[in-house]
Amino acid sequence: MAQLFHRSANALAKVSIVVAVFLIGGLSWASYALYHSNYANRVDEVREQPVPFSHKHHVSGLGIDCRYCHNSVERSPSAGFPETHTCMTCHSRVWTDAPILEPVRESYRTGEPLRWIRVHDLPDFAYFNHSIHVKKGIGCTTCHGQIDEMPLVRQVNTLYMEWCLDCHRNPARYVRPRSEVFSTTWQPPANQLELGAKLVEEYDIQSLTSCSTCHR
Amino acid sequence: MKNHNGSTKTMDLKRIRERLANKKGPDYWRSLEEVAETEEFLDYVKHEFPAGADTWADPVGRRRFLQIMGASIAFGGMTACVRQPEERVVPYVQAPEETIPGKPLFFATAMPLSGYAQGLLVESHEGRPTKIEGNPKHPASLGAVSAIGQASVLNLYDPDRLPAVKNASRLRSWAAFRAELSSAIDQHRANQGRGLRFLSGTVTSPTLAAQIDAVLARFPEARWHQFEPVHSDSAYQAAQLAFGEPVNCYYDLSQADVIFSLDADFLFHGPAALRYTKDFSARRRIENTGNAMNRLYMVESSPTVTGTMADHREVLRASEVESIARQLAAELGIGTSGASLSNGNGGWLAEAARDLQANAGRAMVIPGDFQSPLVHLLAHAMNQVLQAPGNTVFYTDAVEARPESHLESLQSLVEDIQNGQVQTLVILGGNPVFDAPADFQFDRILDRVDLRVHLTPQENETSFLCQWVIPESHFLESWSDARAYDGTVSIVQPLIEPLYASRSAHQLLAAVLGQSDQSDYAIVRNHWEQEFSGADFDSFWRRSLHDGFLEGSALPHRNLAVNVQAVVGQSASQTSGGGIEVMFRPDPSIYDGRFANNGWLQELPKVLTKLAWDNAALLAPATAEELGVRNGDILELKQGESSIEVATWVQPGHPVGSITLHFGYGRRIVGRVGQNTGFNVYPLRSSSQFWIANNVEVRKTGSRHPLASTQHHYSMEGRHLVRHASLEEFQTNPDLIHQMGHEFPDELDLYPDFEYSGYAWGMAVDLNACIGCNACIVACQAENNIPVVGKDQVIVGREMHWIRVDRYYSGSPDHPQVFHQPVMCQHCEKAPCEPVCPVAATVHSSEGLNDMVYNRCVGTRYCSNNCPYKVRRFNYFLYSDWNTESLKLQRNPDVTVRSRGVMEKCTYCVQRINGARIQSKLEDRKIRDGEIKTACQQTCPADAIVFGNINDPDSRVSQLKRSQRNYGILTELNTKPRTTYLARLSNPNPAFATE
Repeated sequence: MAQLFHRSANALAKVSIVVAVFLIGGLSWASYALYHSNYANRVDEVREQPVPFSHKHHVSGLGIDCRYCHNSVERSPSAGFPETHTCMTCHSRVWTDAPILEPVRESYRTGEPLRWIRVHDLPDFAYFNHSIHVKKGIGCTTCHGQIDEMPLVRQVNTLYMEWCLDCHRNPARYVRPRSEVFSTTWQPPANQLELGAKLVEEYDIQSLTSCSTCHR
Repeated sequence: MKNHNGSTKTMDLKRIRERLANKKGPDYWRSLEEVAETEEFLDYVKHEFPAGADTWADPVGRRRFLQIMGASIAFGGMTACVRQPEERVVPYVQAPEETIPGKPLFFATAMPLSGYAQGLLVESHEGRPTKIEGNPKHPASLGAVSAIGQASVLNLYDPDRLPAVKNASRLRSWAAFRAELSSAIDQHRANQGRGLRFLSGTVTSPTLAAQIDAVLARFPEARWHQFEPVHSDSAYQAAQLAFGEPVNCYYDLSQADVIFSLDADFLFHGPAALRYTKDFSARRRIENTGNAMNRLYMVESSPTVTGTMADHREVLRASEVESIARQLAAELGIGTSGASLSNGNGGWLAEAARDLQANAGRAMVIPGDFQSPLVHLLAHAMNQVLQAPGNTVFYTDAVEARPESHLESLQSLVEDIQNGQVQTLVILGGNPVFDAPADFQFDRILDRVDLRVHLTPQENETSFLCQWVIPESHFLESWSDARAYDGTVSIVQPLIEPLYASRSAHQLLAAVLGQSDQSDYAIVRNHWEQEFSGADFDSFWRRSLHDGFLEGSALPHRNLAVNVQAVVGQSASQTSGGGIEVMFRPDPSIYDGRFANNGWLQELPKVLTKLAWDNAALLAPATAEELGVRNGDILELKQGESSIEVATWVQPGHPVGSITLHFGYGRRIVGRVGQNTGFNVYPLRSSSQFWIANNVEVRKTGSRHPLASTQHHYSMEGRHLVRHASLEEFQTNPDLIHQMGHEFPDELDLYPDFEYSGYAWGMAVDLNACIGCNACIVACQAENNIPVVGKDQVIVGREMHWIRVDRYYSGSPDHPQVFHQPVMCQHCEKAPCEPVCPVAATVHSSEGLNDMVYNRCVGTRYCSNNCPYKVRRFNYFLYSDWNTESLKLQRNPDVTVRSRGVMEKCTYCVQRINGARIQSKLEDRKIRDGEIKTACQQTCPADAIVFGNINDPDSRVSQLKRSQRNYGILTELNTKPRTTYLARLSNPNPAFATE
């Protein structure tokens, strides 16, 4: 029987193996890079909101406490979004005719709620609870970044599971005194690990990494 | 589709009897097919999932499947690259008081069923009622809910509800209806209401009763009729005869040592069933050998939940119960027994009577709702002889606002319609065209009424024949009130504004009275404000809403003497004629048909038969043999002109020569869920033979109907999983239960043990308390967003229930003892599912839970294959409804809604565990014992399920696990299950030699 393949087929086969290896490697690298890119995890992406609410102005400028608006953060899984009523406690007196605040006034007048875009959006199968993290000495800025410096809120962490587990496996690196949880200026001291270990002990922080801690 | 309901040949009953007779010791079996070891049964249990369960249900071949899947995989991979879609956050404009976003609120309300209230506590997530619990303070529930109560929340979100007023198949406005109504009412105002009629179900609502009185005062010639297909006219008639007035009678089972039930399914049927179950099971909870236990004698005509709990159970045809009652009464010294019984009941009846007499003051006789007035009358007399009134039996004024015989009430309406005396008929709820006695021919005569108005939550057979159909508000979206079995007034408080343009009965009656439109809140509140005599109505009202009922509103007990002469003088009202006798009973799941469009109830495997999505003609194995029929054969039942066709179901323990028909199925005009389910048996039910029909001709038609029964699914291969002993045996040898099984020796363990420094969760299920009522299954379904799969999928064993109630028989197929065993994930310490998962989607948690991670699961189903308990469920398709908007509102936001291709199972309600753990940490304390209740535990009327921390030796669950009755199932496999069972004990009368 005659040769089915020409001699050059050997070279072609060898080349295609090499190409395939590079192709697979390249694709793997590309998907890894995509997965960790800011495009995929939306880190640093600034979203257009119905009202361009500035945390920078309200937090560092006016010194309003986080809990004034996010008032269920110590009691509930959800930190809570301010009702229109909360905005109007001040804005019925100040900036009462600023055009930028018209959606707020309209909401208050008509009873139609404001529809904000969620910036920190966990997938629906992950159940995060704000109250317990606050109770155990995890500060707002640890996860949300320097909110007080953001005119419009953006995400600074990936919110990927590896990021959660990074702290859940070793909370001593991030925990702070309870008195500093809502501080935007607190920075980890040089002896954070030492302080952290002490606080983990004092606050009885368990390193919960079972799947059902967050997924159910 | 292949039918798995039985053998290809008629069952060989002789062989089954021989097999059972030759077995030594107690032997438990699940079905007749299992004992007969039919080919299909063996084939069925051989596979991890029943045969055909892993095949494509659609007519798609393997090649086509691969083509489709190839494309799906390509696109499926791509979807992971798509970024998360943007989500909106919608805060309140002004939050209602007490609302904390992310935290549910609970409100007390009540569910009226056939008029009577069941006290509820309903969970509300940001204004959406999602889950129903029992109100622990309410006397009729004490924290428990029935399966129907649990499922009622689904009716609120039923997408097939009528959205607005309908007239001549067009949607109209309420104002248009009011205009039409007022012109009709104007005529009636002139003629004193002649020709104006109302038809409703049982009325206990004081507000509605007051409105009815106002209507009848305004229109003196008008009439109010009541009809319910399950109303006990016998109880009403017997009370009239015995006391001369319509007295209400109820029982205190917590005080009863000896109970004799005359065909009364008191643990399952009726307005007090939950309370009776609470009290009954409390007297069967034997913690140590010293405890006393109650004793239940039962004669029954159709296998019931209560019968399965009996210590002595006799099976009789329904018509024979009356003569048993006479005989028992004679033994107790009331009258003479009349005809002596041929079946030799004399001996045991005499012993039972002696037992009752010996416990006078702590004994009671309970008559069945579906029995004759004479049976009720005799029971009243016997209770008097047994000094029960004031001790275990209590009489009060009637709870119903308008006590009457419903049959007579409907009959007078029918006669008046026939005579052309009815011009306007307002039907409040109900479905008389479907469920009225067939001889009334309600469907034929209804159009003789000029104006027909029907208030109904959903269009049905009756509304089809009415000009004006008014959507009725669900009890979770309207205000009302209702009385419980003891007269306690419960306030029905809504949790949500009406979803559609619906109205309540109160608003409709206000319209009839010509009052301006007002909220039902104003109507109910005004009624109680007028009734209230104290100083501070506001705080009384707030307190009542908070508690869910009016404190001290139970009707006072009355001291009444039975007119024994009237009892003795009664002649027999029932004769057991020859031929086949047919009994009519409400369906255990969908009741009288009103819940036909409820998917949770349709898919609920019915108590005892474990049938889903269908009703059937239940008959004894011997009757089946005689007729030459097997499961699924269609029978024709004929009496006079009326005949029906219905599929056969062979029910061990059914009396010979009779057939049980559950009514409610076969609805023609119903929503998408109830379409084409079951057989309508109402055409055979006539007013003269309302509960029992004699001399029914039965014929095998030769055609067959596939029935979906879950009784063979996940068979446990004949291992002895139920352990049972008599109280006496247990007291003589407390170690008996442990000796019944094999324990795995600890030293043979290969793997090291897990360490638990904090909590370790575990569960104990008391088989002596469990009555098999199914409430836990629906509670789990509501709590854990468990989808409904449909009949075809149930037939191939793909039902998704995380908890099932296994039913075992022991003894002969003619008269078996029945055991119930709830089985959910056992959370094994050495879980066989864990090591076989290739993607670590099922893993051990730090508190000993067997976690299931949906997002990791790739659907290999190895875990399910390796699970000896067969408690894992696989989403073969996208069973969860992701498209119907109204159904999304019901979902529990704390539990993931699963997609297709994912394994799932009981999590011990991990969302509740996590919630309690966080709450305890916020309050700087440990989780208290009893703080976490799993959904099944919370709803259980028998308190059979106890959950808690087994690391704490003082917790209730640890105490139970130390009980001599405690055992695990399949522990010989060294799975070390966290869920254990407490063996069933029975308390037979020692005077009986052998049964």
